[in-house]
Amino acid sequence: MTSAWIVAAVLGLPLAASASLALAGARRIAPDLNAAFSLLTLGAALLLAQRTLAHGAGFVFGHAFFVDPFNVLLVALTAFVGWTTALFSKPYMRTERDRGRMNASRMRLYHAMYPLFVFAMLLALLTNNLGVLWVAMEAATLATVLLVSVYRTAAGFEAAWKYFIVCGVGIAQALFGTILLYLAASRVPGGGGSDALLLSNLISARASLDPTIVSLAFVFLLIGYGTKVGLVPMHGWLPDAHAEGPTPISAVLSGLLLNVALYAVLRCKTLADGALHNGLPGRLLVGFGLVSVLVATCSLIRQTDAKRLLSFSSIEHMGMMTFAFGVGGPVATFAGLLHMTLHALVKSALFFTVGHAAQKAGTQSIDGIRGLVRVSPMIGWAMVLGALAILGLPPFGVFASEFLILTSAMHALPWAAPLLTAALAVAFAVIFRRVQQMGFGDATARRLEHRPAWLPVFAHLAIALLLGLYIPHWLDAWYRAAGAVLAG
Amino acid sequence: MHGLATQIVNLLAAILLLISFAMLSQRRMLALIHLYTLQGVALVLANLVLGFVTADTHLYLSAALTLVLKVALIPWILYRLVRHLRITGDVESLLNIPATLLTGIVLVVVAFNVALPVTQFAASAARGTLGIALACVLLSLMMMITRAKAISQVIGFLSMENALFFAAAAATDGMPMIVELGVGLDVLVGILILGVFMFQIRSQFDHLDIRHLAERRDD
Repeated sequence: MTSAWIVAAVLGLPLAASASLALAGARRIAPDLNAAFSLLTLGAALLLAQRTLAHGAGFVFGHAFFVDPFNVLLVALTAFVGWTTALFSKPYMRTERDRGRMNASRMRLYHAMYPLFVFAMLLALLTNNLGVLWVAMEAATLATVLLVSVYRTAAGFEAAWKYFIVCGVGIAQALFGTILLYLAASRVPGGGGSDALLLSNLISARASLDPTIVSLAFVFLLIGYGTKVGLVPMHGWLPDAHAEGPTPISAVLSGLLLNVALYAVLRCKTLADGALHNGLPGRLLVGFGLVSVLVATCSLIRQTDAKRLLSFSSIEHMGMMTFAFGVGGPVATFAGLLHMTLHALVKSALFFTVGHAAQKAGTQSIDGIRGLVRVSPMIGWAMVLGALAILGLPPFGVFASEFLILTSAMHALPWAAPLLTAALAVAFAVIFRRVQQMGFGDATARRLEHRPAWLPVFAHLAIALLLGLYIPHWLDAWYRAAGAVLAG
Repeated sequence: MHGLATQIVNLLAAILLLISFAMLSQRRMLALIHLYTLQGVALVLANLVLGFVTADTHLYLSAALTLVLKVALIPWILYRLVRHLRITGDVESLLNIPATLLTGIVLVVVAFNVALPVTQFAASAARGTLGIALACVLLSLMMMITRAKAISQVIGFLSMENALFFAAAAATDGMPMIVELGVGLDVLVGILILGVFMFQIRSQFDHLDIRHLAERRDD
């Protein structure tokens, strides 16, 4: 019973926040209200995680929702980054408003849609119904599409349009995949009806699902949700959407939405693996992951916009994770989960600092941002540290996860390891050089109207550092339990 | 009785495919909206026939939902958009019409071959229609790729969604109600957002041609 109340709080708080901010979104109190609701959501999410780890997986509200170590991991991460981003956005959006890029109605839109977006992601993570998962993924796109174009520039409109159409087409493929799964389930005796799309039912009946239908369904689901993960060649929307929207939105799109989409892919993979027993889903993930890493790395070289640089780096990292989960096995899955956590934290911290840097310089172009370390040591060093963390320099945690991914690649797919290593080296060289340009040299900067919030940036980087030095026993057990869920 | 129902659903599937081809070759905006409405009507009829055969009330509900949403509400919103934004003119296709239609035929063959192994498992009255539905999805996708105007891309998107619902109704006697309601809500909200979006673009730039927006060549 208590579990039900906690799930209701996790989902209800963002909804309540969205409703109240739709009314009060333009007032001075709105950012604090948003942060307060996000903090409450985080509290509920942590409570849910603690209970699930203590009492094991289970259903909530009949069979409508379910919790297991894998989805509560992402629920906790989503709620945490949702809260820190709300903290970051307070001074950031005030500065944007003072500079005339936001006005009262745009602020209201921003504040009402932000918690709605978080709600859609939490719903996608907690639901037990593949159809509702689809609806929630589409709702997450719809909640952010107007925010991507909120500055009303030509590039912003183009980005929002691409985001809507490309993700819409992608997710339509996922719907076809879902229909095929439903077809497969309704052929199992007693499997039809309104419960046929429940993930738990599909997983328990997966051995008797028809392999032909399931393999076709998995291809459609992978293409559909893979579009939202940003896998090459369906990644066209991602750099534009991340670069043109307000920075808090870039941070949650990159840090959270991509993870939630990958979550959907992985649930489908667990299901398909049990029905097929031929390793096809894993091989597909390895292929898409590898191509994403290579193409994103090549695209990094040509980027001149700081936020586009970060978004191509996101494609690269999502490719790494997809690759790791495709390789499978306890070590690679552990590494993939660790990488999911670290990428969400470090990449959003980087977006925070680059957002403030762009405000200081008055431009997002890498050539326009110079000498950050001299004019504002906090922003400058946070950016340099964040870049080193995302590039996998020890002692940051990304080093550990990338090292594990590479070693498991050497065992399972020896030919892929050199490709990945080369891609990592190129990414290191390119991003390090760009960040060095922005961090050092002669300064071009203007004063920020509002003091940046430092807690989000340094909290994220500190956790990434800690995870690189030492993974506590309970977290290790959590990742292993989540990995066991994925193994089926 | 059962045989007749299968014939009718197959006929409706064929009509759906014909409408998809008509959309590919149609350049006038109002005619495109009419074709979309007609597609909705075919979908409603298919749901009714299947509901009658299986005696499943949930298919009648689904038919009612489709009627309200895809025959009345969405075409009305589209019509108002077209009128307010004065998009009466011809839609320039990026590919000429004969080439588009020929490519469309190839897509249909591909779709039938992909769906072949699955079709034999479809249990319901309309087993042959899954291939047609997939063909319609691909044709709509092609329409979205080849058209330049924002609103015809949206109609392509909507027609793809119609084809998916047809696939769901024909192959599995309809998705669970909560999913259908959710998908319907998403589509409706999507269209409303797009309406807002197009008005914003119009007030800012005075044209709605995607190609005229700044093109960034780096990915």
